[in-house]
Amino acid sequence: MLNVGKIEEGFVLDHIKAGKSLDIYDHLQLDKLDCTVAIIKNARSNKMAKKDILKVECDIDMLDLDVLAFIDHNITVNVIKNGEIVEKKELTLPRQIRNVIHCHNPRCITSIEQELPHIFYLADAKKEIYRCRYCDEKYMPSAKWS
Amino acid sequence: MRHLMSPLDFTTDELDRLFDLANDIERNPAGYAHACDGKILATCFYEPSTRTRLSFESAMTRLGGRVMGFADAASSSAAKGESVSDTIRVISCYADICAMRHPKEGAPMVAAEKSRIPVINAGDGGHHHPTQTLTDLLTIRSLKGRLGGFTIGLCGDLKFGRTVHSLINALVRYENIRFIFISPEELRVPDYVTDMLKEKGIPYKEVIRLENVMPELDLLYMTRVQKERFFNEEDYVRLKDFYILNADRMSLAKEDMLVLHPLPRVNEISVEVDDDPRAVYFRQAQYGVYVRMALILTLLEIQVS
Repeated sequence: MLNVGKIEEGFVLDHIKAGKSLDIYDHLQLDKLDCTVAIIKNARSNKMAKKDILKVECDIDMLDLDVLAFIDHNITVNVIKNGEIVEKKELTLPRQIRNVIHCHNPRCITSIEQELPHIFYLADAKKEIYRCRYCDEKYMPSAKWS
Repeated sequence: MRHLMSPLDFTTDELDRLFDLANDIERNPAGYAHACDGKILATCFYEPSTRTRLSFESAMTRLGGRVMGFADAASSSAAKGESVSDTIRVISCYADICAMRHPKEGAPMVAAEKSRIPVINAGDGGHHHPTQTLTDLLTIRSLKGRLGGFTIGLCGDLKFGRTVHSLINALVRYENIRFIFISPEELRVPDYVTDMLKEKGIPYKEVIRLENVMPELDLLYMTRVQKERFFNEEDYVRLKDFYILNADRMSLAKEDMLVLHPLPRVNEISVEVDDDPRAVYFRQAQYGVYVRMALILTLLEIQVS
């Protein structure tokens, strides 16, 4: 069994679907942060059988929880201070996301208007359906990330 | 400042006020003949649509305002590669209100975000065409005296017809409406529409033959069944006549049923039906002007005493 040491200050993203940690790494733009990141893939889990874990040693404010919630709101966010878990953050689906995903509708104005932000709004929280602000194209993050 | 992007942008109370104003204009057009003196409407049509554009131009002209604009993208700065965002910033300097049609979905919303003047979506691809829906609602309310308490049949291309989807979404906000969808299997109303009706507990049924349901209808909204929507010509030839409204089929309908059509009509309504007093599609075009007049006044916040 592989052991990765404790972090002093930062956050641990637990219960990531196995194999999805690198997607989350990309979307949180962790490559742009100058800090220690541990990516643990296929860790054993009682709840999920297999899971991924990300450990990031940085200020919690640097984490975009909206993006994380959009990708998978079942992820557990543990906030670490002085080597201890001081908070577990609940993730809720953001009402709106900006430039996280792109609208793929070729008839949408975003396909031709340069530098237009790609904005999706939460159209149905129960069914986890987002729609493009401009053309209402449907997007279901759960379908993409499952 | 308000814009009109979707038929649902206005609450039903706001729509009632808009339709009251349109009916007042209908009764007393002279009273509004100078309401927009000195105002300019820009018609920015990135794709041709003679009917909608002329309806807007007629509306503004009848209010005493002036109109400028372009009728297709080739004669606009879009041909040089200018963005919608830039165009509307410039148009905002020239006009007081803008009606925009664009083949790309959401283009009028981009314009509205950057505009200093009210923007009206005059059709954005297959997305929304709110002034058509307002026209349909005003026609129904004016000629039936109410928006609710009726059975409406929607006939023809119910899969791709954006006017049909918009009208359904607008009508579900009123009480006691029952829908009958009349279409070939290939052009059935999408599942998301029927799912929405089920969720809201609104009664509907789907049928293939128009004559089977004619006696039940208080309103019949006709649309065109286009040949190119079918997978093979055989099916088209087999089904196309089911969706042609003629005098025989009209004889099955109630005496006070109304026939609506967003126009242009091709052959889905026989010309022999035109003289039937229940055929109101040309009056509908007239209501289109009244509702656009009311909309221009509302968005410009002009009150006529």
